[in-house]
Amino acid sequence: MELCLSGANHHSKRAGWLLGHALLVFAFLYLPIVVLIVYSFNGAGVGGFPPRDLTLDWYRTLLADGAIWESVVNSLLVAAAAVVIALGLGIPAALALDRAQFPGKVLFRRLVLLPLILPGIITGLSLLMLFNEGKVKLSLLTIILGHGTALISVATTEVFAGLQKFDRAQEEASLDLGATYWQTFLRITLPNLKLSIVGAALLIFTLSMDEIAVSFFLIGRDNTLPLEIWGRLRRGITPEINAISTIIFVFSLAAIVLWYRLRLGTEGSPETAAELIEPAVQGAQS
Amino acid sequence: MFSRAYRTAITLPPLLWVTVFLLVPYLLMFCYSFWSVSPSQAILHTWTLDNYQQLRHVDVYWQTLLRSMWIAARVTVFSLLLGYPLAYFLSFYAGKRKDLFYQLVIIPLWVSYLVRAYAWKTILGSDGVLNTLLQYVHLTRHPLEFLLYSPFAVVLTLTHIYTPFTFLPVYASLEHIPRNLVEASHDLGASPAQTFWRVVFPLSIPGVLAGATFAFVLSLGDFLAPLLLGGPSGIMISNIVVSLFGAAYNWPLGAAISFCMLVLVVSLLFVSERLEKKWSFA
Repeated sequence: MELCLSGANHHSKRAGWLLGHALLVFAFLYLPIVVLIVYSFNGAGVGGFPPRDLTLDWYRTLLADGAIWESVVNSLLVAAAAVVIALGLGIPAALALDRAQFPGKVLFRRLVLLPLILPGIITGLSLLMLFNEGKVKLSLLTIILGHGTALISVATTEVFAGLQKFDRAQEEASLDLGATYWQTFLRITLPNLKLSIVGAALLIFTLSMDEIAVSFFLIGRDNTLPLEIWGRLRRGITPEINAISTIIFVFSLAAIVLWYRLRLGTEGSPETAAELIEPAVQGAQS
Repeated sequence: MFSRAYRTAITLPPLLWVTVFLLVPYLLMFCYSFWSVSPSQAILHTWTLDNYQQLRHVDVYWQTLLRSMWIAARVTVFSLLLGYPLAYFLSFYAGKRKDLFYQLVIIPLWVSYLVRAYAWKTILGSDGVLNTLLQYVHLTRHPLEFLLYSPFAVVLTLTHIYTPFTFLPVYASLEHIPRNLVEASHDLGASPAQTFWRVVFPLSIPGVLAGATFAFVLSLGDFLAPLLLGGPSGIMISNIVVSLFGAAYNWPLGAAISFCMLVLVVSLLFVSERLEKKWSFA
């Protein structure tokens, strides 16, 4: 009995320490985000404790700031195009890795996944050299090609993970019953992969909206939002940047919640939105 | 079950794309590293070993590479020190609140990298939130200058960014440990510490290796955090590359450094993959 008690004591003491550590880590992870949001309302600038002169002025400045909104539109455009490219190539790539044998398959798999783990500077620079040799002028198009190419990795890992989950017998049945490959793909394969594809699209869109290391080298005259912010950071900073970041954070959270709802609605099991990131993280290691 | 035409249709487009936009660019980077720049700033497509000679003989490249590796190593260790116990707590002690905690680790990932680095800058600066707070509560009289524009700021920011990335694979590996192994260890009389070090930890090593590789490789190649928060003493190898591709205008030398980084990263991935295989018992 005594042994048992001391065991339980140990257990709770350990749990206590671990909980304390966990709370500290969360404080560390959330401190910058909280500061960012609080100071977006701070009339007196980006620093200074305590925050004073709470105001919505920075949001007003932001609303009237044409250059920022232009860059937001550019970023949305780039992200949408990157989703199309990455999915358009990532879905067939995942299918190919799943069910085709061809020479160089191992190399192909590694190449596709490499941008996930490679520092963005290497992807960005190697593409810059390609465009330079090909005499392609840098513009939003080169950024789109860069994002699309780098994010095929995300589409491939998500869709590949989805393929492992669904029942192949359905495809076989469809083919046996006389459907063509194309019909089977449209009516059986794609609907079964719907969640993986929507999840991948969401992830690719967000990653592209945030991307800066690759864009940094492929930028032409038009800025994306992160590059516009980057340019301003180097010139001196105002809470306007906090304001736009806060707005984007709210939108990202809304996207996560939306995805979560979608998932709940279709699968009926409370799976976490985080599962979305897991295949990507694990894909990078395999 | 799939016809040849079907297999070609799914294989060929991604294969072609990946060749043109990934394989060729990496090879081109390799070629560039043997080229040079003329005095009139044109790229000369003649082959020379000069760039690699320079890398061997000019100390600043080596020193910066070593400093970058040292920064990346610290980021890796701190991310593990923060991420591992967190993952362990979630996996073994959090009970019903596991999912909630998990979401809380992931949410910061949705805030832009640049924005979080910027937020740290507003916290650490001499008029920043932290310094003014310390003076407000009379802990210090003058701003602490070492907080910003130092390797410290870079390590702190990169640790902040890569802790969730380290957490994820560690958590995944802890979740895959069969719970009856842990129970068996307890039943056979092992203390909690013994159970952890002899059962749980060895089984989580693949996750640790994966997370460590992530943190190390990605922070090694970073150039934005050093530019924003590092100051002169926090310059990293990618910053040199950026300036060679920009104002210093020597693409071939920049390509040589990037290619060395690429080789370094790919070998690290290779080693860590080997080690992961060695340590996975499943």
